[in-house]
Amino acid sequence: MAVAFDEMNGPDGSLRPAYEALSHWLKEMPPDALEYRRQEAELLFRRIGITFAVYGEADAQERLIPFDVVPRILSGKEWTHLEKGLKQRVKALNMFLRDIYHSRDILRAKIIPDDLIFQNPVFRPEMNGQDVPHDVYVHIAGIDIVRVGPDDFYVLEDNARTPSGVSYMLENREIMMRLFPDLFARHRVAPVENYPDALLSALRSVAPHTAAAEPTVALLTPGVYNSAYYEHSFLADKLGVELVEGRDLIVKSDEVFMRTTEGLKRVDVIYRRLDDDFIDPLTFRPDSVLGVPGLMSAYMAGTVTLANAVGTGIADDKAVYSYMPDVVKFYLGEEPILKNVPTWRCREKDDLGHVLDHLDELVVKEVHGSGGYGMLIGPASTKAQIEAFRAKLIQDPEGFIAQPTLALSTCPTATQSGLAPRHVDLRPFVLTGRDHVTVVPGGLTRVALKEGSLVVNSSQGGGTKDTWILDE
Amino acid sequence: MLSRTAENLFWLARYVERAEYLARTIEATLRATALPATYVGKTNEWESALLTAGIGDGFYKIHPEADERSVVDYLAFSPENPSSIRNCIEAARLNSRSVRTALTSEMWDTINGAWIELQQVWQGGVRSREDLTKFLRFVQETSLRFDGSAYRTMLRNDAYWFSRLGLHLERADNTARILDVKYHMLLPEKEHVGGPLDYYQWTSILRSVSALTAYHWVYRETLKPWLIADLLILNETLPRSLSSCYGNLVRNLDQIGVAYSRQGPAQRHARGIRNRLEHSHIDDIFQHGLHEFIQEAISDNNRLGEIIAKQYLI
Repeated sequence: MAVAFDEMNGPDGSLRPAYEALSHWLKEMPPDALEYRRQEAELLFRRIGITFAVYGEADAQERLIPFDVVPRILSGKEWTHLEKGLKQRVKALNMFLRDIYHSRDILRAKIIPDDLIFQNPVFRPEMNGQDVPHDVYVHIAGIDIVRVGPDDFYVLEDNARTPSGVSYMLENREIMMRLFPDLFARHRVAPVENYPDALLSALRSVAPHTAAAEPTVALLTPGVYNSAYYEHSFLADKLGVELVEGRDLIVKSDEVFMRTTEGLKRVDVIYRRLDDDFIDPLTFRPDSVLGVPGLMSAYMAGTVTLANAVGTGIADDKAVYSYMPDVVKFYLGEEPILKNVPTWRCREKDDLGHVLDHLDELVVKEVHGSGGYGMLIGPASTKAQIEAFRAKLIQDPEGFIAQPTLALSTCPTATQSGLAPRHVDLRPFVLTGRDHVTVVPGGLTRVALKEGSLVVNSSQGGGTKDTWILDE
Repeated sequence: MLSRTAENLFWLARYVERAEYLARTIEATLRATALPATYVGKTNEWESALLTAGIGDGFYKIHPEADERSVVDYLAFSPENPSSIRNCIEAARLNSRSVRTALTSEMWDTINGAWIELQQVWQGGVRSREDLTKFLRFVQETSLRFDGSAYRTMLRNDAYWFSRLGLHLERADNTARILDVKYHMLLPEKEHVGGPLDYYQWTSILRSVSALTAYHWVYRETLKPWLIADLLILNETLPRSLSSCYGNLVRNLDQIGVAYSRQGPAQRHARGIRNRLEHSHIDDIFQHGLHEFIQEAISDNNRLGEIIAKQYLI
């Protein structure tokens, strides 16, 4: 594997301009100061209760995501490029979803095979011909971006269902500003704190036509045991909206109400952090106790907006992902600004053959997987692991895609033995309202804390960093 | 406000209040048992502590006998006792987590900090009386900080009023229970008044509601059983008296009623109890039967809890 591009010290080892001030500052710091601040940060995180839950670990109902105190910095120019690409991509995603659930021009044009949509378990036939307010499907997108060279950014994944992590983007910044005020004094870092405002105004702008002048927004959470519960309560608080669970809502005559101490109160927009499968036991999983019976019926009647819309999973399906460059071209007639990682679709015979022959070089992912589960990282796996995965792949080729092992860029990170390069990715959050798309300058940088590891997922031991966009 | 949020706030305040009350009960019992037997008689103070907390049945399912070790463990740490101090703090934290948006950061910090300390310092219980004293102080300080931060930082809106309702309802229940368990000691004719035995038992009642000094300020007399009952039931200046709790319950319910422009059965029921307390005299209460009076107070109080739940919380 090629040597990874380092964000601070470019390919020739020279300091890259965006990192100049940081590098000087790091050199002035006494050696144990970073470790001291790291401990301080951890204490703050624990005290504030910024935790997440890991499923399947009995003792770990709540864990901290490790926080690295060295920020990741992008220049204003780099960001402008990314921002353009993100807006373009999300615009296309929304048009694609509208098309798939209506006239299906893209299927008729044979750009995407029919069965990839219709056989897909995340495709929601309930949404066929169903209009959603203002044609917005993906109100909140978290697009995962990796970098492999000075100008090479790739989209790794389009999270179009209920992307999480934005609370870390906001809290990481707060904590950094508290711990390193003089570092901020040396930089002009674009603020991220207006994200909740931007989110609320996007959500309000897509209220159904029947809503009152001041639409009521609520955030629907599965509850305190959900891994992202902290984020849900944090966002509800920042948005100033009620954090509701399924049992707080009731549907009457196709309208949604919340139970309050003053009786029932109508809800117009629901930012739901609950997957499609669970939102309404009458339509989807009957065993779900998290959802609201009748919610889909109200949604169909157009009295409530769900953000994100039902059925958006089809757009972040990893097999559909491989068609994204064509999707952008088809709807916008533009060249995609952000590249896709080259992807082999195991459902296609030739691709499968290639993948089976190169398992030890590739990353193979489940089409519907997330959170770093159910994947094979060829170069980091044993022979036995590869063979076990081969069997799975042959049995269900449609369930997998494969990509080359990318040399994700690295960023200096505080480790036990001082600063060392660690691989990072970036998840910016793209908001789509009635008539505009907003990206707050920044995002969540995830960092693989183990030396050489490419797995940045928090569920797999990855950490996070504050992400700075320099305002030049 | 969401009904569930109001319910969580209401119970959160109850759990914190209950934890403090249990800590006080243990502390008062410790003091009583430290006295030579000639002062406290042959009563088993630990048994009486269990009864005061109203959890004797559950205890005897696990332990054959009530002694210091088993009772302290059961009241303070036992996972099998649903209202042990540990369970109260854990439940309070869980409730806080689900209503974080309704709490101020100081309140959250207090509960979350206490929960962390509980896990880190008190996970294994206590090994000595010194430890126990530290633990009890920790619980009382948590409650003080929580109450204080609520008082100082919360907006005076329904979130505040519902949490105050929980606090005063729980407090009234605790005071009534103490009186009920000790009522036989409060009967004036039973023992020869002023003997060391009942003197120290009465002190322990007052200590468990932290009203010993208050007694002397109010009555400027030696301890007299009917005055103790008067203080804990009818004296509105004592924050833990039934009268004071009901004054607060009525006030908070009225504030909710005004904010929502609607009164209901909860307001009427609370006002009814307060009016009765206002017009009672301690002599009449003794005449009518102290035990009966307290029993009625406990069930009236439970009833108010049910009515509040029905009117607002579900």
